[in-house]
Amino acid sequence: MKILVCVSKTPDTTSKIAFTDGNSKFDENGVQWIINPYDEWYSLVRAIELKEKDPATTVHLVTVGGADAEPIIRKALALGGDEAIRVNADGSDSYFIASQIAAIAKDGYDLVFTGKETIDYNGSSIGAMVAELLDVPYISLATKFELNGTTATVTREIEGGEEVAELALPAVVSCQKGVAEQRIPNMRGIMAARTKPLKVVEPAATDTLTSIVSFELPPAKAGVKLVSPDNVGELVRLLHEEAKAI
Amino acid sequence: MSVLIFVDHSEGHIKKASFEALTYGAKIAEQTGTTAEALVLGTVSDDLAALGKYGVKKVHQVNNESLNHLDAQVYAKVIAEAATASGATVVVISHTQTGKAIAGRVAVRLKAGLVAGACALPDTSNGFVVKKTVFSGKAFANVSISSPVKVISLNPNSYTTIAGEGTAEVSQLSIAVDAPKVKVTAVNKVSGEIPLTEAEIVVSGGRGLKGPENWGILLDLAKELGAATACSRPVGDAHWRPHHEHVGQTGVQVAPNLYIAIGISGAIQHLAGVNRSKIIVVINKDPEAPFFKAADYGIVGDAFEVVPKLTEEIKKMKAK
Repeated sequence: MKILVCVSKTPDTTSKIAFTDGNSKFDENGVQWIINPYDEWYSLVRAIELKEKDPATTVHLVTVGGADAEPIIRKALALGGDEAIRVNADGSDSYFIASQIAAIAKDGYDLVFTGKETIDYNGSSIGAMVAELLDVPYISLATKFELNGTTATVTREIEGGEEVAELALPAVVSCQKGVAEQRIPNMRGIMAARTKPLKVVEPAATDTLTSIVSFELPPAKAGVKLVSPDNVGELVRLLHEEAKAI
Repeated sequence: MSVLIFVDHSEGHIKKASFEALTYGAKIAEQTGTTAEALVLGTVSDDLAALGKYGVKKVHQVNNESLNHLDAQVYAKVIAEAATASGATVVVISHTQTGKAIAGRVAVRLKAGLVAGACALPDTSNGFVVKKTVFSGKAFANVSISSPVKVISLNPNSYTTIAGEGTAEVSQLSIAVDAPKVKVTAVNKVSGEIPLTEAEIVVSGGRGLKGPENWGILLDLAKELGAATACSRPVGDAHWRPHHEHVGQTGVQVAPNLYIAIGISGAIQHLAGVNRSKIIVVINKDPEAPFFKAADYGIVGDAFEVVPKLTEEIKKMKAK
């Protein structure tokens, strides 16, 4: 079993979001970078668990990013996984990024894991695109993933509930809460990660179909209107007459 | 040329997010001087001709047993072929659970640029630029699509449905449907609950409620308002509430008309999941709670006293 886990570098969840260069670039000043939480907590940990059950399994990590993504990849390797591949390219176009991952995934992987979305671009589309480029099934928003030979049983989120689906590998699966429990890397893992192979490959020639023109911050709130706890009826009146929300 | 809108349905009825997508797609058609057409896969009990009210001229239906469960691979092929058949230059899909499974696949098949999570109409004055939410609702990006065909997935609750007059022409589309490779063996729907992402009103509780046994006051308020219930991450992690209720950056992102936060301090990660809500009400006994800065209305007070009063006052208002 060969598993490819897609990891992405994202700003820490507590980061203040600001932009520079006439609102055309994300302001990286003072930003802490982390592994996209969905990639780290769920898809990577589940892949490691599958390898723990079946040591013949190999787990490779792939990221599309510049050299500044390497500390994040090492941190991911400290959790587990055999080796990592960095496609040396930057970009925000999902078609471009998915094409790079698909070019790697074509190399005999049975299973590709992604997080349900990245917390920066929130497209939730890379997994679907990789699956289409590979012409294999895709299960999105998985909350449970079990493997029996080459048959996967996956529970996925649907509107107002969940459903259980069975499919034969190869496949692409996007993972969210429920698939695994977050782990903290231990010292042995951190030491081992230093010497694990991290291959750098140049990007495959691919079109870019979208580009970010500018960013905007949401308009600031006018300020909170406080109502006395002894006059709750006033809040109901405001919500009904002023906000027209109830 | 056309704008093709994928219409999703559940238990025979068209979903709320699809009405928004229809209105949105019809507006793009008007903007670009083309016609809006809808695509329905599988069996629906609603009257499809009535979709004309939302501005679509034609409704194409592909009715095949293999489409009764979602297999993204099967769906994407049918949607892409229907788009090509109707000469679509723009395909609109809702950014819902179903939409997230298929939009990327459809885009690849059509070699179309995708903006996933759009929140406003495209600006077509200079190219084709679509605004979308990024950084989990903390900001927006204006994204230009350069390919001839464009795919947009529209955030639920970000575009208002407008129903007018009109009847659409309904026709059966003959497209070969592949056998699904994904076999659905069980469907578990929580019945009687309003799906969080579709709810107009959300009532949400945090650690300030002190324990799962105290959730009754929140559930009473939600019931009175016809609201969905949600919670903060610590509450989900402590299993006081099911984890699918966890709202925030790493949980569900919601954008209701009204979000009522009870006993939630408003950490930046929580705000990221709720700041697209139109009106935010915060009830917290700590006047320094950061959530008040993001709120429209607030009460500094004890939730155990304020919330039951609020339920009573709403009952009174409704009785009038």
